[in-house]
Amino acid sequence: MIRRVLPHGMGRGLLTRRPGTRRGGFSLDWDGKVSEIKKKIKSILPGRSCDLLQDTSHLPPEHSDVVIVGGGVLGLSVAYWLKKLESRRGAIRVLVVERDHTYSQASTGLSVGGICQQFSLPENIQLSLFSASFLRNINEYLAVVDAPPLDLRFNPSGYLLLASEKDAAAMESNVKVQRQEGAKVSLMSPDQLRNKFPWINTEGVALASYGMEDEGWFDPWCLLQGLRRKVQSLGVLFCQGEVTRFVSSSQRMLTTDDKAVVLKRIHEVHVKMDRSLEYQPVECAIVINAAGAWSAQIAALAGVGEGPPGTLQGTKLPVEPRKRYVYVWHCPQGPGLETPLVADTSGAYFRREGLGSNYLGGRSPTEEEPDPANLEVDHDFFQDKVWPHLALRVPAFETLKVQSAWAGYYDYNTFDQNGVVGPHPLVVNMYFATGFSGHGLQQAPGIGRAVAEMVLKGRFQTIDLSPFLFTRFYLGEKIQENNII
Amino acid sequence: MWDLVLEDRRMNSLRLVAPMWNGRIRGIHRLGAAVAPEGNQKKKRTILQFLTNYFYDVEALRDYLLQREMYKVHEKNRFRDKEWIRPDKYGHFSQEFWNFCEVPVEAVDAGDCDINYEGLDNLLRLKELQSLSLQRCCHVDDWCLSRLYPLADSLQELSLAGCPRISERGLACLHHLQ
Repeated sequence: MIRRVLPHGMGRGLLTRRPGTRRGGFSLDWDGKVSEIKKKIKSILPGRSCDLLQDTSHLPPEHSDVVIVGGGVLGLSVAYWLKKLESRRGAIRVLVVERDHTYSQASTGLSVGGICQQFSLPENIQLSLFSASFLRNINEYLAVVDAPPLDLRFNPSGYLLLASEKDAAAMESNVKVQRQEGAKVSLMSPDQLRNKFPWINTEGVALASYGMEDEGWFDPWCLLQGLRRKVQSLGVLFCQGEVTRFVSSSQRMLTTDDKAVVLKRIHEVHVKMDRSLEYQPVECAIVINAAGAWSAQIAALAGVGEGPPGTLQGTKLPVEPRKRYVYVWHCPQGPGLETPLVADTSGAYFRREGLGSNYLGGRSPTEEEPDPANLEVDHDFFQDKVWPHLALRVPAFETLKVQSAWAGYYDYNTFDQNGVVGPHPLVVNMYFATGFSGHGLQQAPGIGRAVAEMVLKGRFQTIDLSPFLFTRFYLGEKIQENNII
Repeated sequence: MWDLVLEDRRMNSLRLVAPMWNGRIRGIHRLGAAVAPEGNQKKKRTILQFLTNYFYDVEALRDYLLQREMYKVHEKNRFRDKEWIRPDKYGHFSQEFWNFCEVPVEAVDAGDCDINYEGLDNLLRLKELQSLSLQRCCHVDDWCLSRLYPLADSLQELSLAGCPRISERGLACLHHLQ
């Protein structure tokens, strides 16, 4: 009998493929081929089930260099940039695992689709600026042979953020940072506001910042489908399944200060097929957690947060799903074509939708959070919490009729409402690209590139996102973003 | 040399004119006046057309006359008492152009140009621009329109006829230009 004795975990170094190796060609993957041949011979021998005749085409491949958990805009952006920045064509095998191919609950499709550069952190501003130029040249980035060009339906109407007396100073300093980074933002006084937008009621507004260029809203579904199409043409494999288990191995190592740390390495991802018990263990080198609102569950599967609280092992990923409502209403006397996306001092926001006097908007709840177990819409929330503020700000909105509404999840980072990017310090081959709390879509191209650079080159090259690493949760360094809608 | 494709009506006119034409083959410079100017204008045009189709010399002559006419038209064409500065046939601007460095530019006609989002950078620096024509620029789209707000103070005429890529979303952001 052919028998192979392997020390558990450690000897796998012979068999794992590292990213960057060439597939086929001159470098024969002898070890991999030999193990496959042995497996096949073993299965033919009597006493084992014969797998040769079973159809496994619906299952994901058995080996993949990178497994991206989550097929939303962030996951696809990472896949795109991994393929774009790889050193040789076909060097990296990428597998995207998405639980729901209809994207019925994914934040991407349910998003309002706005993009703006009015943030307080320079990194956020740079990410948005890069994403705006990506969207502007989207047909050069995501061109696929023989496929029609993408029409993002971008409305360059800008964002108008209103600030009350106490927030005016913060807004001024934010605008200064934004201008330094290259965003075109203008500050307006209440008089100028009234001149420009006669439908606005400037009661309680001390200052407003208006984005002039590269800001507005677009169709997120088109971006998602464009990325999907391009990424499939670049050779990324898709799988509809759920990640149920990570098989990993641990190693005890000493830091430079002679403290013992246990480093974990994920070797296999078990992907369970939809509506069946069948699963496929996918051997992988790197796992990217882009699961959006459910990232914390994936991180828990990998062992993030298993330990005494207050230690690095015990620091969980603080991303949880938060339900947000978006309402569409019709108001024939409402603001005209020039309406930007207006974000009120109370947190309510609205924007024009189409040309038929329709508007959509909502508000982040400040008191209690709605239950994120399902995506049912609470219409009373509009009546009690959103409409009064809208009607105060825009008197024309006192008469409006709600046409429809939907709800979606924010992958809300309870720590500081900014994203998590980069590797986990202890689970060394899990990278995060999640937790962006409502501005993940507008920063997706920039974040995808940053994560791909981290994976391929080991450091951030174009935009330095080191303040967004996981370690800040343990060290307690909050990078608070003030302009969250 | 001989173009074998003939239209019927030209056949008719040929018969009428042939005797006159044969005799005056040397007088090709006076061919335009071969038919009396007060005569049938339509006949004159078709004769010239027919001859242009037949003879390269006639075609060259016609182009030369046309250019002379165009030049006269150019001389008359002034933009608010200032001439348009156009590139000559090689695409170069005349030397006098450099004298105008300090003069504020009032009108730019960028029709049929391949100008795009980054190219607008150069145009946006002209703070005194009054008239901008971006007709039939195939790369001008909504993003470019959102860049036009710096010209809001001085711009009075903007022409976007024939740009295939702009939509109502770009026009919605033209409200900056009052």
